[in-house]
Amino acid sequence: MREYFFLILSTVLVNNVVLVKFLGLCPFMGVSRQVSSSVGMGMATTFVLTLAAAAAWMLENWLLLPLGLAYLRILAFILVIAALVQFVELVIKKTSPALYQVLGIFLPLITTNCAVLGVALLNAQEKAGFVRSTLSGFGAALGFSLVLVLFAGVRERLAVSKVPAAFAGAPISFMTAGLLALAFMGFAGLQLG
Amino acid sequence: MMTSPFVAQPMPLNRLMYRVIGALLPGMAVATWAFGIGVLVQVALAVAVALATEAWCLNLRRYPVRPYLADGSAVLTACLLALSIPPLAPWWLVVLGTFIAVGFVKHLFGGLGQNPFNPAMIGFAALIVSFPAQMSRWAAPLALAPADLDAVAQIGLIFTGHLSSGAGFDAVASATPLDAIRTGLLQRIPLADILGTPKFGALGGAAQQWIALGYLLGGLFLWQQRVIQWRLPVVFLGSVFLTATLFYWANPAHYASPLLHLFAGGTMLGAFFIVTDPVTSPTTPLGQIIFAGLAGVLAYLIRVLGNFPDGVAFSVIIMNIVVPFLDQYTQPAVFGRKKGGRA
Repeated sequence: MREYFFLILSTVLVNNVVLVKFLGLCPFMGVSRQVSSSVGMGMATTFVLTLAAAAAWMLENWLLLPLGLAYLRILAFILVIAALVQFVELVIKKTSPALYQVLGIFLPLITTNCAVLGVALLNAQEKAGFVRSTLSGFGAALGFSLVLVLFAGVRERLAVSKVPAAFAGAPISFMTAGLLALAFMGFAGLQLG
Repeated sequence: MMTSPFVAQPMPLNRLMYRVIGALLPGMAVATWAFGIGVLVQVALAVAVALATEAWCLNLRRYPVRPYLADGSAVLTACLLALSIPPLAPWWLVVLGTFIAVGFVKHLFGGLGQNPFNPAMIGFAALIVSFPAQMSRWAAPLALAPADLDAVAQIGLIFTGHLSSGAGFDAVASATPLDAIRTGLLQRIPLADILGTPKFGALGGAAQQWIALGYLLGGLFLWQQRVIQWRLPVVFLGSVFLTATLFYWANPAHYASPLLHLFAGGTMLGAFFIVTDPVTSPTTPLGQIIFAGLAGVLAYLIRVLGNFPDGVAFSVIIMNIVVPFLDQYTQPAVFGRKKGGRA
């Protein structure tokens, strides 16, 4: 239990998927203008990333490896993730219209979130077990959501500051993202557990 | 005799800034006594670069240069950065760091009062990430220095990188107390033996503890002058102390005493001059307690378990990210209303 707790903590802080591994930058920049939408994006990504990590593990260990098809990994993972996202979208739409209202528009976007594919591929590379894969997917998603929401908070504040015209909007956001990554370097090498 | 109305005058910004700079003087003086003239050279370099960068940015942004330059905020940033880097570091280090702090972290983010991150600490973090070798080369305090290091030799070392005899920095280098503990433990030297070396005093580093006391004195002056409130520094120091106590209590053979962690590294400077920065810390009482408390825990964890020699700078800029949320979600109820603004 203790080991799993520290696994999640280290994927959230020390190996943060956005600020340390630089995956999932498109939604990080794209959906961080407002805190409210970043929260929706974070929840949807957490949902999908955890499921995708689990599904990718099953695909890898029950299909690709036994059949010697490891070279099809990227293709197969993309297919499964895309199908999974569509499936999740359909289910949510039918079962919980309220949740669909919150997550709906973000779900198709996640298909192209490289963090989802990246985490699945990293898990396959490390030959992690099922629980470990799923938890590292969950941890990566938590880390993604955390920095996305925090970044949105800083950007909301920047929107009302007197940033020089040439740097307003995207440039200062990229600089802020860089400083966030610099701050997260402080966690580097932290031996947890 | 004064006449009514007796309206309290808020302290003008420049007087406030100069009071903070003044409060740095005891620490700066002790640091100069301990490490030599190099400290003042670094401060002078940083102040010059900060003023030049500030003037250039104000000019580019079409702000009146003179009044803004006189507010003292750039000088303060420069002093804080210069006091946190090694006194004999090469001159371009502090120049680059100050330029990043004032130019990038302050002015590109909107200038005075608008920057979400602490400029001096970002400058420090950028330097230690980019130039870890130069940033961890501390000289021994003069009292413990192996080679004769007069003022000329120190200035030569800063600007040319070697002593007049041709010897490099290694002739005067010495690990800081925190580094000595870290490397000593890696070599499996018992903690008691490490702490027994002349590098250490009763509280922290033999020389560093007096510098920390200098900052403590300056901080108390700021508190007495009502420039800072007690909440941020006390919670920060308390949090470092409690976290260190927890580790010390779990394994006193491996973790140094909580007192050492208060008086070593940047804890005192951070508590009274960095964490209390009014621009980059939360404004609500509860927000301040959360901010300083978490910063203290992170500072200890990064210092003891992380890759870097000290954790204060990183912990502060990590907590800077959270400040907009703390400000928003810890607002106290307006008098006469329930929380959330309802009557």
